[in-house]
Amino acid sequence: MTRKMFVAVALVALVGTRAFAEIDLSGSWQSINHEDALERGAGPNPDDWAGLPFNESGRAKALSFSQSIISMPERTCWFQTQWHIAAGPFSLRMWAVPDPITGKVQAWMVGAWETRAPMTIWMDGRPHPSKNAPHDQTGFTTGVWNGNELIATTTHLKTGYMRRNGAASSDQATITTHFRRHGDLLTLTLIMEDPVYLTEPYILTRSYNLATNPVAIGGPPCIVGDEGVESGRVPHYLPGKNPFVDEMMKRYGIPSDAAMGGAETMYPEYRDKIKAAFKRPEKCTINCG
Amino acid sequence: MRKLWLLVVVVLATHAHAFAQARGRGGAPAPPQTAKAAAPIDLSGYWVSVVTEDWRYRMVTPAKGDYQGVPMTPEARKIADTWDPVKEEASGELCKSYGAPAILRVPGRLHITWQDDQTLRMDTDAGKQTRVFHFGGWKAPAGPHTIQGDSAAEWEGGGRGSTDGAMKVTTTNLKAGFLRKNGVPYSENTTVTEYYELLKMPDGSPLLVVTISTTDPMYLRQPFVITSQFKKEPSEAKWHPTDCSATW
Repeated sequence: MTRKMFVAVALVALVGTRAFAEIDLSGSWQSINHEDALERGAGPNPDDWAGLPFNESGRAKALSFSQSIISMPERTCWFQTQWHIAAGPFSLRMWAVPDPITGKVQAWMVGAWETRAPMTIWMDGRPHPSKNAPHDQTGFTTGVWNGNELIATTTHLKTGYMRRNGAASSDQATITTHFRRHGDLLTLTLIMEDPVYLTEPYILTRSYNLATNPVAIGGPPCIVGDEGVESGRVPHYLPGKNPFVDEMMKRYGIPSDAAMGGAETMYPEYRDKIKAAFKRPEKCTINCG
Repeated sequence: MRKLWLLVVVVLATHAHAFAQARGRGGAPAPPQTAKAAAPIDLSGYWVSVVTEDWRYRMVTPAKGDYQGVPMTPEARKIADTWDPVKEEASGELCKSYGAPAILRVPGRLHITWQDDQTLRMDTDAGKQTRVFHFGGWKAPAGPHTIQGDSAAEWEGGGRGSTDGAMKVTTTNLKAGFLRKNGVPYSENTTVTEYYELLKMPDGSPLLVVTISTTDPMYLRQPFVITSQFKKEPSEAKWHPTDCSATW
């Protein structure tokens, strides 16, 4: 076979394969923050972990959390792993990085949300590194196509957060992100598994509109700063000393047991358990929209 | 050169054949398939809500005035501000927050079955509601607006992966109701567009994800977009029908 012939056949094969193996996700995607609007915007209420499938360790870790901890220079950027896509309010920009020789997509980039580095989704079949390889906040992500669905798997994360009120994820967490597009609407389903802090996978979904205004690539980075916390002090609450455990009852009449989370709080039967204890306030007084 | 063209044709033909097979079609024109036969994903069975989002608007009844996240018009806000749970209870119209735009936000179980080859049916235990999804270019007959409205369905994509494809549903002719139990209104001019999709959980079990976009020229400034997810259940063992409630 001549070289020309080989190239032609390879090109036809490549075009044919790509035509029914993927969908274009590139563009600027404006975040639609209609669900979990408070959690993603201003931030969740203190000690509100309802619907989060914590185990005892996860709950204990969260109860020890003091918001002042992020004033420590070494923890200023602590919480922003790739889960920030789900927990923050930010829009996305996606683009494909082609292999310079074959033109095949080598990686998808998901970037442009404040304080985070873009996520690189490697599409070239490379394996994840050894479990002993360094972990960082970006982690290591590979992707595969399932028809029109892009499935990305992220490992090698540092400890981060699941909610911005102290619910932590461990460095053993895995995030699976499903990208599905319907015309100008993009839906992400993010599934976190964490053998250290969760009893079941934690699932969140987020939606985006295709935007004509470009989302900036590489928002301002998380910058470590000295906010005056004296050296050696780690802001925290000792067991039994967290002052916010009744906050959801005070604000919304939601029993503290429900606010403490756990897998049972995710399912319909749990409503029967809290029905008698729930006290609906006459009027919303805080974070009402 | 002749050899080259021959090879190109063979490669293209192989792709075309593979594509046709993947979509369940042979070489010769086939008669139109029924919606049931053409289904790229199997939505049938029992499904349970997984409430990890908007928890305090779904698992309990939010307080009057708690509208976080909903792009309401000023008119909608005025109406919602008059919500009175006692009056709602007394009105006898207890299912206002169980209509098509809101029913998948109500914690509960779904039972999805094929009513016939062109019609998928979805029952809910919470509120004992039934939605009917009509395939095949179905047109809604003229008639009164109803809680669940009229739903036309179509398949999108599919056949290119084990869970690829979606059911798109467009619902109109709705009776006015509540997006949230605390009186956030939608009007009878509302249109709901939904995408029902299956994902695979890390353990291989199916997850039903429904993206719901509600458009209402009267009470919403922009489409209200939310997504609800459901895990599959092995049987009807936990099916627990309950009546609509205006306050819980």
